Amino acid sequence: MIIYRRSARVLVQGITGKQGTFWTQKMMECGTQVVAGVNPKRAGERHLGVPVYATAKAAMAESPFDVAVMFIPPAMAREAALDAIQAGARTVVILTEHIPARDVMAIHHAASRHGTRIVGPNTAGIVTPGEGFVGIMPGHNSNIFQPGEIGVISRSGSLGTLICLNLTRAGLGQSAFLGIGGDPMIGTTTRDALQALDEDARTRAIVLVGEIGGAMEEAAADYAAGMSKPVVSFIAGRASPPGKKMGHAGAIVSGSFGSYEGKRRALEAAGVSVADTPAEIPGLLGLGQGRSDPAARALPA
Amino acid sequence: MNFLEHAAKARVLAPAGIPVPRAVLCRNPEEAVAAFAELGPCMVKAQVPTGKRGKAGGIKPANTAEEARSVAERILGMAIDGHAVGAVLLEEQARIVREFYAAVLIDTASRCPLVLFSTEGGMDIEEVAATQPDALRRHRVEPEAGFDATAARALLSGLDLGGAEGAVADIVASLYETSGRVDAELIEINPLAVLADGRVVALDCKLTLDDSAAFRQAELAGEAAEEPMTDLEREGAANGLKFIQLDGDVGVLANGAGLTMTTMDVISHCGGRPANFLEIGGEAYTKSEAALKLVLSNPGVKSLVVNFCGAFARTDVMAEGVVAAWKRLDPDIPVFFSIHGTGEDEAVRLVREGLGCEPFDLMEDAVQAAVDAAHSAASRGAAR
Repeated sequence: MIIYRRSARVLVQGITGKQGTFWTQKMMECGTQVVAGVNPKRAGERHLGVPVYATAKAAMAESPFDVAVMFIPPAMAREAALDAIQAGARTVVILTEHIPARDVMAIHHAASRHGTRIVGPNTAGIVTPGEGFVGIMPGHNSNIFQPGEIGVISRSGSLGTLICLNLTRAGLGQSAFLGIGGDPMIGTTTRDALQALDEDARTRAIVLVGEIGGAMEEAAADYAAGMSKPVVSFIAGRASPPGKKMGHAGAIVSGSFGSYEGKRRALEAAGVSVADTPAEIPGLLGLGQGRSDPAARALPA
Repeated sequence: MNFLEHAAKARVLAPAGIPVPRAVLCRNPEEAVAAFAELGPCMVKAQVPTGKRGKAGGIKPANTAEEARSVAERILGMAIDGHAVGAVLLEEQARIVREFYAAVLIDTASRCPLVLFSTEGGMDIEEVAATQPDALRRHRVEPEAGFDATAARALLSGLDLGGAEGAVADIVASLYETSGRVDAELIEINPLAVLADGRVVALDCKLTLDDSAAFRQAELAGEAAEEPMTDLEREGAANGLKFIQLDGDVGVLANGAGLTMTTMDVISHCGGRPANFLEIGGEAYTKSEAALKLVLSNPGVKSLVVNFCGAFARTDVMAEGVVAAWKRLDPDIPVFFSIHGTGEDEAVRLVREGLGCEPFDLMEDAVQAAVDAAHSAASRGAAR
């Protein structure tokens, strides 16, 4: 599962911490079905109205879940992710930034053995406006997210938030927001996310928000070349100096690899319109809907 | 983080049982003379974290004590690829028969460690891949399978290593084991030399450690080469802020890497030049006051754009820090805000009441105003 649905039962690992508590409340307010939490030191207690277990495996036995979301510091992330994977989570959303690369590799390998979908690491989460969200996105903010037909993919949470805000202001609601993460080794790639939205019946057009570094936008361009749904892209980092990690561990240009120009060229060759600034995106979608058009906000049947 | 050759060899290769030449690290010509007495004829090698040492004249032989002094003195006065040479490594001279290449790196696309070996050492590996693909072997290691000396032999089979097959296989297997143990992103021996006496020795080593693993490699991480940073960048790092100083005049303060890069892009799209990269997203969103001080300390800054789009980061917390710091610092430059997302109502109120500033609805408009202000400040400066 990449696109969040309200039917998904969610386990919050690290639910009792400050951020875990704050965002679990926000998720619940938004309609997300949080069924349990994990904290080995608070097992047996209840927190925010749901039971707390020592491990994801223990939670699965009594409060079955589909999705695990991790509010876990980097040094403990490997253990927590493996626990969720072995417990049988269908999807694990890893918010944690700065997990050691060797631990990330171990997580991805365990996930592929168990058939688990990993979103992240270093993702802000996934949002389906009108249904709920998993992660640390302002899914509860109706100025930013409105139900609609545009699928949004973003490596960055803050930039993804801005893009959704612009869409909502233009009267273009979203079918799903897929935060895939700013790390160099992520479980759900830009291409995976693009395919999921291409196959999603509620999505009519897609905004692909990329970043310099790596080759994920190029791989997504290969897929986009065969799509009939319109895809509009914005790639962050055009004005960034080469050879420097721009905040995200994945956002670095080495030589010509990972460059803005290479990504833009690949996307444009695949028929994707590439915006120069985020504000251009709603217009490039070519759906001809403005803020005044109430039909644009209508939920698809 | 990167390591100098001497640290990589002495702290990582040698403890892993990978042979390295006898060597002494010297910080001045006198130490070089003493090292020569111990080593005899040797190579004097500049210790800088860049691969362009040889071509830049940073590696020279010394056959007498007097030569060791003069060569060390000359190399210690050099700057190579922007790095001042702070030390030289004096290393026993080796009679080289063959040069190979061996490396282990993290292949992000396959999410696996990748072992590389080439019979053409001393060359850039990308060049070998392009011009002599038959000389290059690569093996993606499935974490469960591991990579031992038997696997290394299989990787090398069919290559003519002139009888050094066994020694090389052991070294490649040790290199793999070590790369995992020290959380290396890249560990590269180039060249891996076969000497006239039959020994196989690592003549140079490049090591990059995974920054995210520094917490569990504390001892080794403490010996990493100092990153080339400006004073302000160093100050940022000390405060846990990722600050990159640029040569433009529009200061940037935004939350999250993606939004910060985008703010820089829009500045450049509007005809301006960003003065810095600085993000206060993630856990750093409470540090907006320290961040603002940093941006304003950059002497090139003529205007400032503050672009917040709160998801995880709360714009009200960030705005509170910025308003407080702005009042305290009272800078003489114009500032332009755009604020959306988590906490925006409170954040807008704080900026409006605290600074008498009305945030722009569109970040593009805030950026354009900041670029225009920087331009007119620059032309005022020119007129004076």
